Amino acid sequence: MTDTAERVTRESSVGRPLRRKEDARLVTGRTSWTDNLSAPGMLHMAILRSPMAHARITRVDVSAALAQPGVVAAFSGADLADKLGSMPCVWPVTDDIVMPAHPPLAHEEVRYVGDAVAVVIAGDRYQAADALEAIEIDYEPLPPVLDMEAALAEGSPLVHADAGTNACYTWKLATGDFEQVRAKADRVMKRRYVNQRLIPMPMEPRAVLAAPTGPDGELTLWSSTQIPHIVRVLLALTTGIPENKLRIVAPDVGGGFGSKLQFYPEEVIATVVAAKIGRPVKWVESRSENAQATHHGRDQIQNLEIAATNEGKILGLKVDLLADMGAYLMIITPGTPLLGAFMFNGIYKMEAYDFTCTGVFTTKMSTDAYRGAGRPEATFAIERLMDDLAAELGVDPLELRRQNWIEANEFPYSTVGGMTYDSGNYEAATARATELFGYDALRAEQQRRRDAKDPVQLGIGISTFTEMCGLAPSRVLSSLKYVAGGWEHATIRVLPTGVVEVVTGTSPHGQGHVTAWSQIAADALGVDPDDITVIYGDTAQAPYGMDTYGSRSLVVGGMAVLQAAERVVEKAKLVAGHMLEADPADLEFRDGAFTVKGAPGSAKTIQEVAFEAFTAHDLPDGVEPTLHASSTMDPQTFSFPHGTHLCAVEVDTETGMTKIRSYVCVDDIGNVINPMIVEGQVHGGLAQGIAQALWEEAVYDDAGNLVTGSLVDYLVPSAADLPSFTTDRTVTPSTTNPLGVKGVGEAGTIASTPAVVNAVVDALRPFGVTDVQMPCTPERVWRAIHGDGSGGDRAAEGSIAWAGDRTESTAGGRTEGDETGARP
Amino acid sequence: MVKISITVDGERHEDEVEPRLLLVHYLRERLGKVGTVVGCDTSNCGACTVHLDGNSVKACSVLAVQADGGDVTTIEGLANGEWHPVQAAFKECHGLQCGYCTPGMIMAAVDLLANNPAPSEDEIREGLEGNLCRCTGYQNIVKAVQLAAEGGAR
Ligand code: FES
Ligand code: FES
Repeated sequence: MTDTAERVTRESSVGRPLRRKEDARLVTGRTSWTDNLSAPGMLHMAILRSPMAHARITRVDVSAALAQPGVVAAFSGADLADKLGSMPCVWPVTDDIVMPAHPPLAHEEVRYVGDAVAVVIAGDRYQAADALEAIEIDYEPLPPVLDMEAALAEGSPLVHADAGTNACYTWKLATGDFEQVRAKADRVMKRRYVNQRLIPMPMEPRAVLAAPTGPDGELTLWSSTQIPHIVRVLLALTTGIPENKLRIVAPDVGGGFGSKLQFYPEEVIATVVAAKIGRPVKWVESRSENAQATHHGRDQIQNLEIAATNEGKILGLKVDLLADMGAYLMIITPGTPLLGAFMFNGIYKMEAYDFTCTGVFTTKMSTDAYRGAGRPEATFAIERLMDDLAAELGVDPLELRRQNWIEANEFPYSTVGGMTYDSGNYEAATARATELFGYDALRAEQQRRRDAKDPVQLGIGISTFTEMCGLAPSRVLSSLKYVAGGWEHATIRVLPTGVVEVVTGTSPHGQGHVTAWSQIAADALGVDPDDITVIYGDTAQAPYGMDTYGSRSLVVGGMAVLQAAERVVEKAKLVAGHMLEADPADLEFRDGAFTVKGAPGSAKTIQEVAFEAFTAHDLPDGVEPTLHASSTMDPQTFSFPHGTHLCAVEVDTETGMTKIRSYVCVDDIGNVINPMIVEGQVHGGLAQGIAQALWEEAVYDDAGNLVTGSLVDYLVPSAADLPSFTTDRTVTPSTTNPLGVKGVGEAGTIASTPAVVNAVVDALRPFGVTDVQMPCTPERVWRAIHGDGSGGDRAAEGSIAWAGDRTESTAGGRTEGDETGARP
Repeated sequence: MVKISITVDGERHEDEVEPRLLLVHYLRERLGKVGTVVGCDTSNCGACTVHLDGNSVKACSVLAVQADGGDVTTIEGLANGEWHPVQAAFKECHGLQCGYCTPGMIMAAVDLLANNPAPSEDEIREGLEGNLCRCTGYQNIVKAVQLAAEGGAR
């Protein structure tokens, strides 16, 4: 009814803002979220969670719960220990990494507030929740471990006593000789930035429904997950249920942002319990549980040194990270910070790079991928450093960037981080962004307001970011010790009646793959996008896939769709040649029809060919019936989108309040399939990145309680908090795939955080401020102005959640002077 | 158990419910009106927004018994033969991605426009403050509401 405005021609569906095919059911409430589903005889599961950050479980008695109304079963961790196995981590980043056991239902020790300890299965969710209260459980408290630096100190209490240390691993990467460039540099600027812990908070909390479906142990698991295919493999390995008896379905999924790129204890527990009692079992996460027990993101302390000449040439960068793993290693917990390891150098040329990351266990929820996963942290570090270095050198921060970035004519460029950037044009994106932003006029206004000592100061922040998309070439993953590959699969079937099915291994949850894949296939096959159905998210229907995360879906999955479509056309050509009594080599395929070159009267449409291939009455020798083809695409390398983001903030120096006045970004993500979807991805990404800069922080108190455990305390921004963004694009096609695409899902999040913080700090530079710790709350800004030039001594001070004696886990925020400067 | 009588999307229902049953759970679990969803347990997210007697309410903050005698419209009953202009505008402006916040967002937007047929951008942003979206950054939601206010996407 509404998409007629953009009715596309056959030739060019790609590149058009086609309205989404997904939307009809979403705007009318005809949805299939996991919690909407039910199965005959279904029971509800509720989970008892640890109120202690660290404790030994000395007694669990579920018998009183069993006597509650409606209760069918109740289990402690010990009851199920032999069936549940241990949760897997698939990225053991070093040979000597400490990989502790991770029971889905704790039975000896709990290691974070929210650790699951017992379950109740009852007739409805109210009965299940009530019965939890009847479970008796005794804990013997153990000391919590909350501060990464303290956790590594001699004599610290241990999260995993048998490991003998809280250090999980140390991973290094070095190019060139940093010590040498440090020695020859005019200046070495040191900084210590804190990239705080975040909670992903997709609007749909997680949910699972496990249903035994056959007499031989067959079981279907519906789960609000980004990764049904990976869940299937891991569930088989964890529970011992043969993989070919497991079907995993990701129905409508209400956002993920990495938090549903996970294999969760609840998936295992529901499966095992449903199999044990022989009835379908549903579990739906509350928002509070989501805050406590769905993985968190970020949480790094970054010790940085950048070496440069007095003329502003960057010579080298040293990065020393502490990365909070939380209590256990979930699927890619240890690898997540390393996704940034190759990107700290950003878009800049330098001689030497020295990277070290130490993973640290604490008694908190595990961290893992959250939108950007490692790359926002890297981008934050380098872009904050560039602004600070410019301030030290007394030059314009854009000029300093220009002086050091890779120039358009230098691509492909092998960086000091060990990556080969395929293409880019930082000059063009920056020129467009400064024009849209009115950079010079804003700088002039800033000077006037500084001179006038305006109580509301104007700050301008810059972020010229790049990121790594298209996870991932399987051989690269292998070299990084990741246990799986990074390919993606697609199958295309042209059905006898001429309509098309695209089967994809990606698993969309808001990204619009149904529309975008239809556009790609429509162009390649010469059919109408409305004649295409996209099938996904069900291992029975789309059996091969590596799912959706890391801005990979288009670059890898979309390419698989294109390649499968091309193979369909190749096969169809053989059949068409036979039908037209022509040599297939003499055929042309355009607008969905084959014609003999030079004989335009003859034509067979792809639909006619499909019917011919279906009847199979008269196929050429060696051609099998039906018209379908598959592609399993393993990318050869990554792609590197980039962009220039500019943020202007007004900071009220009397109240500390920051208001975004304008935000301009010009992203270069190569070619685009659907510009409307791309713009939406950028908007949403910006909102999350800005939220890290200004509002969001997961705060634990000194007893290890999560004090930002609901949407009351954890400040996901509303419409009233955010401005309208000015977005634009430049187009430098990727050279690593025929579509020329680069990936956009994470760009806005990666780029925006440092742009905003740079703007806040820029506003405060006249006050001698060099850093404000994120989130830049009014209190922290005020303290920075009135205090000692830092954002407060300890981390949580001035955080949005006051937590009494606070955790020191993200302690820091105090910046150091230059090499010679003493730490305050 | 308490006896209630509620009209939902034009259909009258008589039921016995526990006094503590939330309206949103009554809609979802008793009536199968699963188009309305739950996103939090602190009345912050607005995902559960429906209309009760013509005004938008968070159905997680209303007991089913409080809605006794009331007239409830959910996202499933909003379209009247054809889509409501706000539904059409959300699609036209790409005001949704995962769509989880969308039922509540649309119901809140319809209520907003009923009270203020020509809102400014700031009024839209403030009017929708009680509804969280994690995907869109709100810009296209604001656009959708503006488009609907201007006469819609039809
Ligand atoms: S479910 Fe969040 S406000 Fe109702
Ligand atoms: S569209 Fe996903 S939460 Fe709004």
